[in-house]
Amino acid sequence: MPESISTDTELLNRLKAACRDTLKCMQCGVCSGSCPSGRHTALNIRRLVRKAARTTDVLKDEQLWMCTTCYNCQERCPRDIDVADVVLTLRSIAAHEGVMRPEHRKVCELLMEHGHAVPIDEERRNQRTELGLDELPLTVHKYPEDLQEVRALLISCGFDRLLEKKSKNIAGTETG
Amino acid sequence: MKGLSLFLGCVIPNRYPGIEMATRLCLAKMDIDCTDLKGASCCPAPGVFRSFDRSSWLALAARNLALSEEMDRDILTLCNGCFSTLADANRILKNDPSLRMQTNMHLAKIGKEFKGTIEVRHIIEYLYTEIRPENIRRYVERPLDIRVAVHYGCHLLKPSRERGLGSFERPEFFDDLVECLGATSVDYPDKTECCGAGGGVRSALRDDSLKLAQHKLSRIKEASIDCIVNACPFCHMQLDAGQEEIRQRTGVMYNIPVLHYTQLLGLALGFSPQVLGIDLNVINDNRFIEKIENGK
Repeated sequence: MPESISTDTELLNRLKAACRDTLKCMQCGVCSGSCPSGRHTALNIRRLVRKAARTTDVLKDEQLWMCTTCYNCQERCPRDIDVADVVLTLRSIAAHEGVMRPEHRKVCELLMEHGHAVPIDEERRNQRTELGLDELPLTVHKYPEDLQEVRALLISCGFDRLLEKKSKNIAGTETG
Repeated sequence: MKGLSLFLGCVIPNRYPGIEMATRLCLAKMDIDCTDLKGASCCPAPGVFRSFDRSSWLALAARNLALSEEMDRDILTLCNGCFSTLADANRILKNDPSLRMQTNMHLAKIGKEFKGTIEVRHIIEYLYTEIRPENIRRYVERPLDIRVAVHYGCHLLKPSRERGLGSFERPEFFDDLVECLGATSVDYPDKTECCGAGGGVRSALRDDSLKLAQHKLSRIKEASIDCIVNACPFCHMQLDAGQEEIRQRTGVMYNIPVLHYTQLLGLALGFSPQVLGIDLNVINDNRFIEKIENGK
């Protein structure tokens, strides 16, 4: 994980590297035609990936977060471009530049605190007991020493630092 | 073939515990060798954590895999998201020596190591491949005379190159598992389409996410079915709790019961809807419960 926020040129180079495979794209639009999110939201996956190879603007584009990662585009691409995997890589570059939606930041904080992205609540504790299950599942919820391992592992990977990153004002460097 | 360890994930134990109960009851009744995987964490979820940081996604997945390796058991998931993360991480770490070394450097700090000795199974492909529908039929005590809309969910099938479960366009194995219980799997338009929850969309863009769910629910409603059956608690939550969220936003109420496959299997094996936690759903339809209990 990079310690400092990168310059726009470095950033653009990372985007280009992530999108190298998309140079094979012939703009046929099968990806957009197969996209269930695109039927209902602003997501135009063909245009998004095209933009990604040209400008850092893509990292601030809301469309980046409208993909449900269903993989239809990737399955049907006649040029065998791993479109969904490119989206995941673009998101990861954005997150490392501090671009993260508050709801996603919250989910990350829950993982750090509980070892679960969706932790138990009072209502479900009661439901579990009534069903005849242990009140707490036999996961990190039940074993504090395992939760400590998970936290140590996340810190070792720098996950805590990722959450502290402030969003950078991405200037939107473009190639000619 | 190795025995199994039960990986719970987050949504099943912490939001829909009935699915956990149904799984335990069904596995025991069918005498499948499966024990608890104690101390596991979030898989971690592919949509959010894989998107954000690959090294921590891999490391946490590797820890869960290592826990099961220590028991020399294959890991059993009940969730398409957990399956996606654990199967992909297992494959990546088995095949990429440098990523494996990096990941094991992190794991060494907590005294763990990824060795690459086990496989990751999803309950649907496990039951279909290892137990087979014709054998499951023998355990059925209450044949289900109902019409079912099967929802595969995305990450059970895709990316198909990695999953190896055949075509994602018109899969049939999940339908076979439903029909061996006596039920009819009803075809409907956009059957393999996404529920809209994945990729962090449900958590961050709820309104957009529900548009996809509503599309799916409206197609299913037109097919005149008794319930939806899924293979993933996140799809389950989106299609169940999502119905109420859609009602609040649009006034449209679908009122379709939603069951995880283990709950449908539990009904066929003779367990009551209450024992299987089917009444703990947001959407409750007494007509469905009566139909199951009265067999008509």
